[in-house]
Amino acid sequence: MPISNYIIFCLALFTIGIVGVLVRRNAIIVFMCIELMLNAVNLLLVAFSKMHNGVAYLTDKSTIVGADAQVFVFFIMVVAAAEVSVGLAIIVMMYRNTKSIDINFLNRLKN
Amino acid sequence: MNLIQILFWLLSGLAIVSALMVLISKNPVHSVLWLIVVFFAISGHYILLNAQFLAIVNLIVYAGAIMVLFLFVIMLMNLGKESDPQKNVWIKLAGAISGGSLLIVLVSLVKQASEINDKEALLGNGNIGLIGTLGKVLFTDFVVPFEISSVLFLSAMVGAVVIGKK
Amino acid sequence: MEQTHNSSFITHNSQHMNKLVYLIPLFPLVGFLINGLMRKSLSKSLTGIIGSVAILASFIVSLILFLDVKTNGAMAVNPLFTFIKTQTLTIDFAFQVDQLSSLFLLIITGIGFLIHVYSASYMHEEEPQHFARYFAYLNLFVFSMLLLVLGANYVIMFIGWEGVGLCSYLLIGYWFKNNNYNYAAKKAFIMNRIGDLGFLLAVFWIINKLGTVSYAEVFANASKLTAADATAITMLLFVGAMGKSAQIPLYTWLPDAMAGPTPVSALIHAATMVTAGIYMIARSNVLYNMSEFTMHVVAIVGLATALFSATIAIKQNDIKKVLAYSTVSQLGYMFLGLGCGAYTGAVFHVMTHAFFKALLFLGAGSVIHAMHHEQDIRNMGGLKKKLPITHITFLLGCIAISGMPPFSGFFSKDEILAAAYAHSPIYWVLGVAGAAMTAFYMFRLYATTFLGNFRGTHDQEHHLHESPKAMTIPLMILALLSVVGGLVGVPEILGGHHELHHFLSPVLVSEKAHEIPHNTEYMLMGISVAIAAIAILFAVNKFSKNPEMKEAEGLGKVLANKWYVDELYDNIVVKPLGSLAAFFKNIIEKSGIDGAVNGVGKLVQYGSRQTRLLQSGQVGNYILIMVLAFVLIIFIWINDGHIYRFITKLF
Repeated sequence: MPISNYIIFCLALFTIGIVGVLVRRNAIIVFMCIELMLNAVNLLLVAFSKMHNGVAYLTDKSTIVGADAQVFVFFIMVVAAAEVSVGLAIIVMMYRNTKSIDINFLNRLKN
Repeated sequence: MNLIQILFWLLSGLAIVSALMVLISKNPVHSVLWLIVVFFAISGHYILLNAQFLAIVNLIVYAGAIMVLFLFVIMLMNLGKESDPQKNVWIKLAGAISGGSLLIVLVSLVKQASEINDKEALLGNGNIGLIGTLGKVLFTDFVVPFEISSVLFLSAMVGAVVIGKK
Repeated sequence: MEQTHNSSFITHNSQHMNKLVYLIPLFPLVGFLINGLMRKSLSKSLTGIIGSVAILASFIVSLILFLDVKTNGAMAVNPLFTFIKTQTLTIDFAFQVDQLSSLFLLIITGIGFLIHVYSASYMHEEEPQHFARYFAYLNLFVFSMLLLVLGANYVIMFIGWEGVGLCSYLLIGYWFKNNNYNYAAKKAFIMNRIGDLGFLLAVFWIINKLGTVSYAEVFANASKLTAADATAITMLLFVGAMGKSAQIPLYTWLPDAMAGPTPVSALIHAATMVTAGIYMIARSNVLYNMSEFTMHVVAIVGLATALFSATIAIKQNDIKKVLAYSTVSQLGYMFLGLGCGAYTGAVFHVMTHAFFKALLFLGAGSVIHAMHHEQDIRNMGGLKKKLPITHITFLLGCIAISGMPPFSGFFSKDEILAAAYAHSPIYWVLGVAGAAMTAFYMFRLYATTFLGNFRGTHDQEHHLHESPKAMTIPLMILALLSVVGGLVGVPEILGGHHELHHFLSPVLVSEKAHEIPHNTEYMLMGISVAIAAIAILFAVNKFSKNPEMKEAEGLGKVLANKWYVDELYDNIVVKPLGSLAAFFKNIIEKSGIDGAVNGVGKLVQYGSRQTRLLQSGQVGNYILIMVLAFVLIIFIWINDGHIYRFITKLF
């Protein structure tokens, strides 16, 4: 499968994530869109890892070139999980204080 | 067009449609469900790329744990369609246009890039995505980051508890 | 001793002597630091001892050096360090000890020491810390003055020049709680600054034309200067001398400088600092000799100052003001001598004037001390019996300044007058007229103060007493010097050898020999002495019984008001400057500069208030901008070739 297909597909997912962040005011949806972007990047990383692996695979069937990229993806998932737990805690707190999850309420930076 | 290619296009289409549905759904619960579909599609892609470990981790961590957490929070807050804040239609339009132009620009960039024109991603074959291979790499080369990530989890846990208690 | 090559004056090389040179300014500097830094902890007697001993040590070293110079000629002094070094200009921090500077060293440290001793007694009423402050300033002054005299180039001289100006300012304003004294101090400082600017420009001019400031090199290369350059440099130097030595038109600060303590007036404003201008011109005699025009200007300004201030002195009633105008007048004589090419005469008069004018000031200080800070001579009179030592010494000083033979003033003044006659008989006539006025006002002062009956209050009369020994001994020493000091310069027609002339001749190379027939010279001497004697007798007769008590009228009033020069300066310089400053302050500053500054502030504030709205604080907007910027950057990146071509086509 040409790598450009993967790239364009992942770009499409990523852009959908960005558009989601831009058009939605619901903090939870925005958060989910961020997860979507993360996943797009993860998939692209794996695709690239397989691209490099494919080159080495032609000469050595048992090669592990590109394995570190997949480990990297694993770590991204780890961090994402931690991030989600903290992020959701923040959203819950915000909801408790403002009775809303409108992201436009978070404009304290203004002052 | 062999089976793998059919699967690729099918999964890609499913993922993009589901991702759009995440945006479009008014009800946050529906958004979560559509996002789970996206994750399943991506896990399918992982399996196509023979990245079995990541496929299953993706399912367990994202589709399982994280999305359940989202769902849980949404239900806890009792958010529904009516409580969903809506943006000004012009801002929505601006967001869509800028996102679209970003996509166009990036795609044209990819199309121009000669370095990746003839590169292929290996599908089906190769054993780097297997649990055994990744496990060896993880516990030899990446053992220190792995341990550090446990510290990260611990601090995230503490942080979540502290923030939630306020 | 490699560095000796940079002085062509060197005639011998005494290796251990030249190290001593640095001790001379070091002692007063150390005294200044001790007294200045520990002024709150030292007792008054200790302060006085430290201050005086520092100068005494300098005096002893100066004496050793003087004797060495007398037998061996100018000595080589190694530069202390390189003060300023650029590619084209090197200025060493170097000292030069030759006949001229060693003579000045003796005057400064010798009279300085006597005045320090005198001050210790005169200032005893001050608080300990102010007492120490006084001695610290005085030591600093001596240090600066020594630097001025010792420097081997114009820059070191300028450092000393500024230093003495600073100390003069500090000491005039010593009683800084009196605002009038502060004004006097500021006036002195500002007038000196005007002169200093001239000096500085002259130094720049020399650097520009000759690329060096060292005396030796400047004088050796003086022939390279064009006549116009020499005139400009010497005129600018003379402007500096005008300020420092109180010549017309920059003399008005000196009478006001009498606000300082009397010993300060004796040291700074009579004996040493004000003669710095004469030292400078005598030092630069090679340059001055190249410009006929400047010499004329110097002579005319000197003569005009001598006459002008002598007329003012006639009608002054403040004992110190009379002496101050007398000092200005005597300085005018020195410049007359310089202008006529009689450099030795001028330096000789510096020396004798230092003796008798210091004596007169210290005597006046003794009188003021006895009278409890009464300075108006109309309230004195008859002090002859109460203050016998002061009276005798003061009388000797008056005779010396009047030019009675064989007192010191006679020889020096006669030398200048003879040179003036050789130059132009008119100069001589005016000079003698000034000398007569000098004799007249000095004896008016003497008669009004010491003769007749006491006219002060009973309280003052009751407390009248002779000053303590610490004050009278310096008076006696100075009186002795005033009497015999002239003997070092007895001219040949009176059977002397004029040793000073021979001593100074290696430095004052362009001294003009003035040949006057002996008969004429005897006659000139006779006339000037006779006129002065008549003036003395007239003054003593007129003022011993009936001193003028009334306010002066007519011409006398003009003289008493100093020809209204201060008012003139006020009107033509100070007031226009004041109104210009007021214009700047009220119009330019308020609406122009303030307006601009505030306008910029308001503009920034307004702009910020508007741009602040961009920072809505809403994350969505930020991300939108970020994405758009991202798109733009990538777009530019993709199309960089086209954009570059487009821009190159445009420009």
